[in-house]
Amino acid sequence: MPKVTIDGHSIEVPEGTTILQAARMIGGDIVPPAMCYYSKLKTSGGYCRTCIVKVTKGSEKDPRPMPKPVASCRTTVMDGMEVQNTTAPDLLDARKGVVEFLLINHPLDCPICDQAGECHLQDLSYQHGLAKSRYEFKRREFEKIDIGDKIKLHMTRCILCYRCVKVADQVCDSRVHGVINRGDVAEISTYIEKALDSDFSGNVIDVCPVGALTDRTFRFKSRVWFTKPVDAHRNCTKCCGKTVLWMSGDDVLRVSARKDKYGEVEDWICNECRFEKKSASDWTIEGPRHIDRTSVISANHYEKKKALKIDVSNQSKIEERAHNPK
Amino acid sequence: MGRKLLTENINVPGIQSLSVYRQQGGYETLKKALGMTSDAIVEEVKKSGLRGRGGAGFPTGMKWSFLAKPEGVPRHLVCNADESEPGTFKDRYMMERIPHLLIEGMAIGSFALGAHSSYIYIRGEMMYVFHILQRAIDEAYEAGLLGKNIMGSGYDFDLYVHCGAGAYICGEETALIESLEGKRGNPRIKPPFPAIKGLWERPTVVNNVESIMAVVPIIKMGGDEYAKIGIGKSTGTKLISACGHINKPGVYEIELGVPVEEFIYSDEYCGGIRNGKELKAVVAGGSSVPVLPKDLILKLANGEPRLMSYESLSEGGFATGTMLGSGGFIVMDEDTSIVKNLWTFTRFYHHESCGQCSPCREGTGWMEKLLHKILDGHGTLSDVDLLWEIQSKIEGKTICPLGDAAAWPVASAIRHFRHEFEEYVKNPQNIKKDHHYYRVNNISPEFA
Repeated sequence: MPKVTIDGHSIEVPEGTTILQAARMIGGDIVPPAMCYYSKLKTSGGYCRTCIVKVTKGSEKDPRPMPKPVASCRTTVMDGMEVQNTTAPDLLDARKGVVEFLLINHPLDCPICDQAGECHLQDLSYQHGLAKSRYEFKRREFEKIDIGDKIKLHMTRCILCYRCVKVADQVCDSRVHGVINRGDVAEISTYIEKALDSDFSGNVIDVCPVGALTDRTFRFKSRVWFTKPVDAHRNCTKCCGKTVLWMSGDDVLRVSARKDKYGEVEDWICNECRFEKKSASDWTIEGPRHIDRTSVISANHYEKKKALKIDVSNQSKIEERAHNPK
Repeated sequence: MGRKLLTENINVPGIQSLSVYRQQGGYETLKKALGMTSDAIVEEVKKSGLRGRGGAGFPTGMKWSFLAKPEGVPRHLVCNADESEPGTFKDRYMMERIPHLLIEGMAIGSFALGAHSSYIYIRGEMMYVFHILQRAIDEAYEAGLLGKNIMGSGYDFDLYVHCGAGAYICGEETALIESLEGKRGNPRIKPPFPAIKGLWERPTVVNNVESIMAVVPIIKMGGDEYAKIGIGKSTGTKLISACGHINKPGVYEIELGVPVEEFIYSDEYCGGIRNGKELKAVVAGGSSVPVLPKDLILKLANGEPRLMSYESLSEGGFATGTMLGSGGFIVMDEDTSIVKNLWTFTRFYHHESCGQCSPCREGTGWMEKLLHKILDGHGTLSDVDLLWEIQSKIEGKTICPLGDAAAWPVASAIRHFRHEFEEYVKNPQNIKKDHHYYRVNNISPEFA
């Protein structure tokens, strides 16, 4: 079994393991961030370049260092490989550059974005980004598109991680989803706005690392940190039926798949569970969901929204105004 | 006069047709090659020291010997005719003038690699060349030079021309393969390399048009003989497409090792700078390679003359050197603005970025906008620093070399011509309101 050393931590991993997977086996701070890699999706990863690491020793046989930083999610380990992630200042600087690139065309609409609080790009920019943007030009903008009556595509926020394209390719039975155009005007498209007509199309919402694909049944209902996540299950003929209910009082505001600590779903869920079953009586509730202590979602006090004196019914109006200043 | 290996018969009238090409000794080399073993052909190419003519300069014989040969899996040779590098037009010229040389080279190369079907991927904008090639292939099929049992050797070989849709990125070999498979032309993440899993997951070799054409004279004269031409590890002849402010722009076949000064000023080649102007800078190998000022392109840092060869042009690394690249030799005279020229290049890379990985997708557009701002007279000195920072963040962080290709011209322009950027920033009132100015600002001259 090849032995790899990442930031001084050694581990033996099976043949064919990538550097990122090996780092996740070790765990802790040395795990490189990943915006496009998704372990449940084949051929994902390699696009966002946030997971780049420095290989200081190629392998036992060929100890030369690799000339460029490599994408850890797509590079398999070799026996004797030595990798630097957090211990290489020049690499952290390079990653900072990548984060800056991801952010230059990303709108700063977190206050009205449904993904806020569980957005990977937010976390990433807190950890690696600059406090102030050096980009002073107009950001790219797209019209919002409805993909069917349940999913909203807001391309302006997209970072082109291709995860949803892979879901459409691998999880849904017929692919009607891809990327059109190129360069910084490339966009996710379902080609002439054809609905993603599949029982598993809702999973594109879960894999989206940003707020580009959101659940129309949950849009502007609540901030995610005001809701109370609970594990629940039901007997579903199509999927595993194991989900997380995001509740407010006794109302089920949103249903999503269960995600692990890297934000990846444990099992895909079907659209019926996700969009149709919005009543607590449809579900067998298992108990509160464990949320990472550092997550903003844990900051909630499980209080009723009214007690916070925030009128969330105005959220959609605020959003409309922000996007159409006229 | 240097030896001409590829362009020897290029001016023979009617050389596009099979009959004239055969009168000039065409397809004789294919006959010779079919009498050799495939390993012997690869060995000859290795001995010749031929280096890839598409830009990277990787030894062709070595590339061929890396091809995986699993049992029962077909292999392919793909010709990269997606020549889109600004400043490079040698392949188009050759395919237009002497298409059978490419077909002969493809047949020899495919025989050497054991490929029974091969592809020429041609750039979408060169539709007329596509028709020329297709006509030549049809002729060759009729004459039994392609198809089943070619020249009675028992070797079956099919050759197809595929027209791209006009994308620079499809000149990157894995993007080319994706496009050939009918998918979106996005570069693949390597490994696996095409030699292991290329076209339809089969072992594939992708070679430039000129590299494949050069195989014909190599087999004709023998690898050792070919290796005697040129200098050091840069063997053979190279097609240089010279353009810009010179008296005689065009495609020249040179023996590698000709001094740059001779190439620019001698009447045999470029014939000097037009209108008696002074030389200012040269982009020696297509728009992606670093631009060099006059004193560095003519002489090495130690004062010796710089030669047209892979090694000599890259002498001194990127600090004082450049690259031979694909042979797009762009000459700029004293009146040229490096900043304007750079903006044109950067605009190209912004337009051609495939949008797959973030540094290139976002960075190329950002650089273009910054250069636009500087050209527009609103730049600041910190913008120049920012430009430098952005290019350093793109270089080496991307999936394919397009990111590097976009970063290098910016880096070299700032490295060697920083004073020009500063001139734009400090004296915006001096910016000439010429045609270029109106184009930068997307306004028509009447309203200015």
